[in-house]
Amino acid sequence: VSAALREGQTTPTELCQKCLALIKSTKFLNAYITVTEETALKQAEESEERFRRGQPLGVLDGIPVAVKDNFSTAGIETTCASNMLKGYISPYNATVVQKLLDQGAVLVGKTNLDEFAMGSGSTDGVFGPVRNPWSYSRQYKEKSASKSHSEDEESKWVIAGGSSGGSAAAVSSFTCFAALGSDTGGSTRNPAAHCGVVGLKPTYGLISRHGLIPLVNSMDVPGILTRCVDDAAVVLGSLAGHDPKDSTTIQDKFKPFELPNLPDVSKLSIGIPKEYHAPGLSSEILALWSKAADLLKNAGAKVIEVSLPHTRYSIVCYHVLCTAEVASNMARFDGLEYGHRSDTSKSTESMYAATRREGFNAVVRGRILSGNYFLLKQNYEQYFVKAQQVRRLIANDFRKVFGSGVDLLLTPTTLTDAAPYTEFIKEDNRTRSAQDDILTQAANMAGLPAINVPAALSERGLPVGLQFIGRSFQEKQLLTVAKWFEKQVEFPMIQLEEMMRHDHGVLQHQKSASFS
Amino acid sequence: LDHLERLALVDFRDSEGVERLQKAIQFADQLHEVNTDGVEPMDSVLEDRCLYLRDDDVTEGNCTKELMKNAREKVEEYFVAPPGNIPLPKLEERDTSLEGS
Repeated sequence: VSAALREGQTTPTELCQKCLALIKSTKFLNAYITVTEETALKQAEESEERFRRGQPLGVLDGIPVAVKDNFSTAGIETTCASNMLKGYISPYNATVVQKLLDQGAVLVGKTNLDEFAMGSGSTDGVFGPVRNPWSYSRQYKEKSASKSHSEDEESKWVIAGGSSGGSAAAVSSFTCFAALGSDTGGSTRNPAAHCGVVGLKPTYGLISRHGLIPLVNSMDVPGILTRCVDDAAVVLGSLAGHDPKDSTTIQDKFKPFELPNLPDVSKLSIGIPKEYHAPGLSSEILALWSKAADLLKNAGAKVIEVSLPHTRYSIVCYHVLCTAEVASNMARFDGLEYGHRSDTSKSTESMYAATRREGFNAVVRGRILSGNYFLLKQNYEQYFVKAQQVRRLIANDFRKVFGSGVDLLLTPTTLTDAAPYTEFIKEDNRTRSAQDDILTQAANMAGLPAINVPAALSERGLPVGLQFIGRSFQEKQLLTVAKWFEKQVEFPMIQLEEMMRHDHGVLQHQKSASFS
Repeated sequence: LDHLERLALVDFRDSEGVERLQKAIQFADQLHEVNTDGVEPMDSVLEDRCLYLRDDDVTEGNCTKELMKNAREKVEEYFVAPPGNIPLPKLEERDTSLEGS
């Protein structure tokens, strides 16, 4: 579509208007918290001016994008789907947002998430749950034995995954061409798998976290969601690199890259970690994983089984480290400088306590309390330090495997396809997160890059993805293999009946997944 | 529980909250199955690199007006807080005292 813009087949304002219209018509997905209609149109007009002068800023100029609502956006409400920040207008742009805007991208809105990015379903935010667009696809509807009618349809919608569910749903439903998410335990890859889009978690330290409201400082990364791997590479190219405002970004110069048209995997060694055959893994996904391994073998790659023995402890380890860092990071929300403030004014402490009880939901409060428990002097060694030691063991597992000549790992991304909302909410957030993050968490623990590539549709007609985990800072290799895989599987396009009714011109451009 | 609530300045709200913490602790206890003798705790995955330092020059700031916009209670350029050094009421009385909120 970027080429279309350059050639004048369409204009940024036209594109922007179509996306905005689509957002309106897919409102039931609840993917967006804030739609920035006015500023988007203004940005689109500015972009159009540039195209008219023949001076577009780059591939991203004029492209509608969405950003998860835990990234600060100047002048635009940034809520983290929490009462604590409802109405909070950020005074600055997160570095990644600024970079996108500097490239001419058009910000159409802030997407929905689990409150403060805690969760794996995008169901626990104050603005309500995000619905997976595939719930409304022909593919899903055909497979759900429908002797039933519309009342049942209401209750059968499936979750989008989390916590960047809004971003994934936005990309999946064509309302934008790329979206930013965040990934701390799988929060970008999980919804990407459930919504059938590409979800990239870059290496920790590659992309700036300045402006990303932190969850776990040592594991958070901004995530990229797009409809194809090439797009992810383009977005990565515009975001990666050292940021003086984030001292956890590495100083090495980042060289943006383009992926080969005919990726070659024959010289690679792919590891299949046996521990990722976790309990609860659906037989469909297991079969898909196997098939993928065979595909790679047939293409000449060396595919071997490897072992990451501490995999099953990564969730427990994450649980302790995450809650501990959360307890610290959430301490800034006291109602004094920004955000919600309680009316209680008997004392500073009671004001803080009341503000926090009103502002945070049960999940957040639960994690803060757990975190404080693990950080108590009596518990510090046994839990927090212990978890840090286990973290090293997990990181070492990966180091050993990569050191033995393996270039990448191939694993499933999720245990099953997306669950119906009514099923999902039967268990509490912590249990769900513990179950769903199992395959994605370890990459965050070790800071490694990982990507979800949509692989096939399940028996229920829902997307299932597979994950590649790469070596630190080897995103080019990771994306090359991901692109190869994408070409092999030819994942079907979502057939949204609502959209079918729209004028065909819209679809022409929206469907062109690649905008490079 | 009282100690935790004071430290965190967040309340359990009800027995469900307490139960949740108990389950969380039980879950975390699984860590003790792992043998970590002689293992150095890991703070950051970037531990092999040097932290970035820059010169101590002022490069930005002077955005007082912008920042004050987000505060609810302020006087000139001060954030206003209720009186300090007053400890939270004891656990039993706490809920009623926070009831107003």
